[in-house]
Amino acid sequence: MDAFTTHTGRAVPLRRSNVDTDQIIPAVWLKQVSRTGFDKGLFSAWREDPEFVLNQPAYQGASILVSGPDFGTGSSREHAVWALQQYGFRVVIAARFGDIFRNNSTKMGLLPVVLPAETVEALQSAVEADPAIEVTVDLGERRVRWGGESAGFEIDDYTRWRLMEGLDDIGLTLRNADDIATYENGRQPWLPTTV
Amino acid sequence: MGRTLAEKVWEQHVVRRAEGEPDLLYIDLHLVHEVTSPQAFDGLRMAGRKVRRPDLTIATEDHNVPTLVGPITDPVSKTQVETLRKNCAEFGVRLHPMGDAGQGVVHIIGPQFGLTQPGMTIVCGDSHTSTHGAFGGIAFGIGTSEVEHVLATQTLPAYRPKTMAIEVSGELPAGVTAKDLILAIIAKIGTGGGQGYIVEYRGEAIRKLSMEGRMTVCNMSIEAGARAGMIAPDETTFEYLKGRPHAPGGDAWDAAVEYWKSLTTDEDAVFDAVVEIDASTLTPFVTWGTNPGQGAPLGAAVPVPEETDDPAAARRALEYMGLTAGTPLREIAVDTVFVGSCTNGRLEDLRAVAEVLRGRRVVTRTLIVPGSMLVKLQAEKEGLHEVFKAAGAEWREAGCSMCLGMNPDTLAPGERSASTSNRNFEGRQGKGGRTHLVSPAVAAATAVTGKLTAPADLA
Repeated sequence: MDAFTTHTGRAVPLRRSNVDTDQIIPAVWLKQVSRTGFDKGLFSAWREDPEFVLNQPAYQGASILVSGPDFGTGSSREHAVWALQQYGFRVVIAARFGDIFRNNSTKMGLLPVVLPAETVEALQSAVEADPAIEVTVDLGERRVRWGGESAGFEIDDYTRWRLMEGLDDIGLTLRNADDIATYENGRQPWLPTTV
Repeated sequence: MGRTLAEKVWEQHVVRRAEGEPDLLYIDLHLVHEVTSPQAFDGLRMAGRKVRRPDLTIATEDHNVPTLVGPITDPVSKTQVETLRKNCAEFGVRLHPMGDAGQGVVHIIGPQFGLTQPGMTIVCGDSHTSTHGAFGGIAFGIGTSEVEHVLATQTLPAYRPKTMAIEVSGELPAGVTAKDLILAIIAKIGTGGGQGYIVEYRGEAIRKLSMEGRMTVCNMSIEAGARAGMIAPDETTFEYLKGRPHAPGGDAWDAAVEYWKSLTTDEDAVFDAVVEIDASTLTPFVTWGTNPGQGAPLGAAVPVPEETDDPAAARRALEYMGLTAGTPLREIAVDTVFVGSCTNGRLEDLRAVAEVLRGRRVVTRTLIVPGSMLVKLQAEKEGLHEVFKAAGAEWREAGCSMCLGMNPDTLAPGERSASTSNRNFEGRQGKGGRTHLVSPAVAAATAVTGKLTAPADLA
């Protein structure tokens, strides 16, 4: 995973609520067995509409997605995170995220930032007024800054540390392999096995 | 202070707890399918890691498989299924491939084999893993990075979610099912209402549900935003499990049941949130919009967007769905009826459909897809397939099918379905397709009239 410390870029306002992972990456794209090539599938149905915000020239090259509430609900497909990253997004800002999507994001180094709904709308309006406005997302300071404005966000210390160091979860867990073995020796004897 | 069911099961599985870190949670059962696993197995290979506990892992082919007899014709789907076969062979994981008697939708086969038991932690790279919570365990969906993590370590680092009680008092009226109940719950609390919580469904109406009905309820917890939903085990649970291939036998059965009986929320435990629903007031429930929270009683009309909680979303949904505010839901004509999925692809669901279709004819394209090959076998033993065929419905092989249209079973653009599945998202059943989520009974009655209909409406 790439480390995330601070990121400055332009933003795209996505004024929709309940952006489910079927919209982020439709199921037809999930048949691939590799981790690459998902950028073309990002919002592929919505992108057929020339008016869709990602198709507008002003927002080309943006790296921060600012969405309505309940972004990433639905399916557990991590492909949604891969598609956003491969398209060029480093950060998604919303008032609320689907739990599994948020978890998947932090495993991959895509930063999900939760801000109050009014703050998200203010940021969307600022970006609509000036699509070239620079937005900085500072994970160390837990703060988003744009124009003269700024807003703090919460993220737990452990996830923040892991993202800032770009650490691989499996490597961290395997440091505790002895604890896992000890636990396994004490499991209830009737628990099923698949063999 | 007492503990909730969720807290008891969680504590039982903590491998390691340290200040300032998530708990390291042991996983008792890992279910695997072809869509969310190939990149995880690749990751293991690249890091030179093995599957730590192949004996706690089981795989099946479900999302891509065609439901007409014959090979997979889509080369991309075929590669994905073949990749799973290679990975399972290489890493020593038990697999139920297409054509195997044990094959089926991943959330149908776990309970069917008796692998899903009370008090367990169960994960799968699929959000509907919440289904298994119906047995009183903690079961939730994970992404591919976490699939790889569980394959490598049999654990997951996780913070314990908050707890929510959904208290369902009273009894469901005749003709109102578990599906209607969960659709009504989602409409009440919204698609984000359960976000950050493990939900425990409680109360008289829940206790009276069969295991299959309980699975339907827990299955759609994720549609209310909750990663996991659970129901305390009781005699209904034990009765369902007894004698299944992987259920404990002999003395182990008695020891297990004794422990399972302790898996209830203590009288003095406190939930972080409580939602109350009176089951006796419910009627058949259907969705009108493009998220599962956009639902209403069948007797209602398509809502006026300005009168909903999220007018912009409702306007957009009505436009996508091709619906006009004020239209009675019973007047909505559908082209296709889909019965199946991990939500409603079990034997009890097929019986409910057969009861309505017996002696009647369908007027829509009607696909009936059993959730597993065993469900198919059982349904055929009861002669249900003859009822379906006589009514003009199609009786298919097991798989996820039109729930998400990764196989050839899809809606055409603009086509409208009544579907027993779990998601009415834009394009979920095929690009441009329009989905109304319904119970199996409503699906069957709708197939007979061609419009959204409850069985009680039929002469």
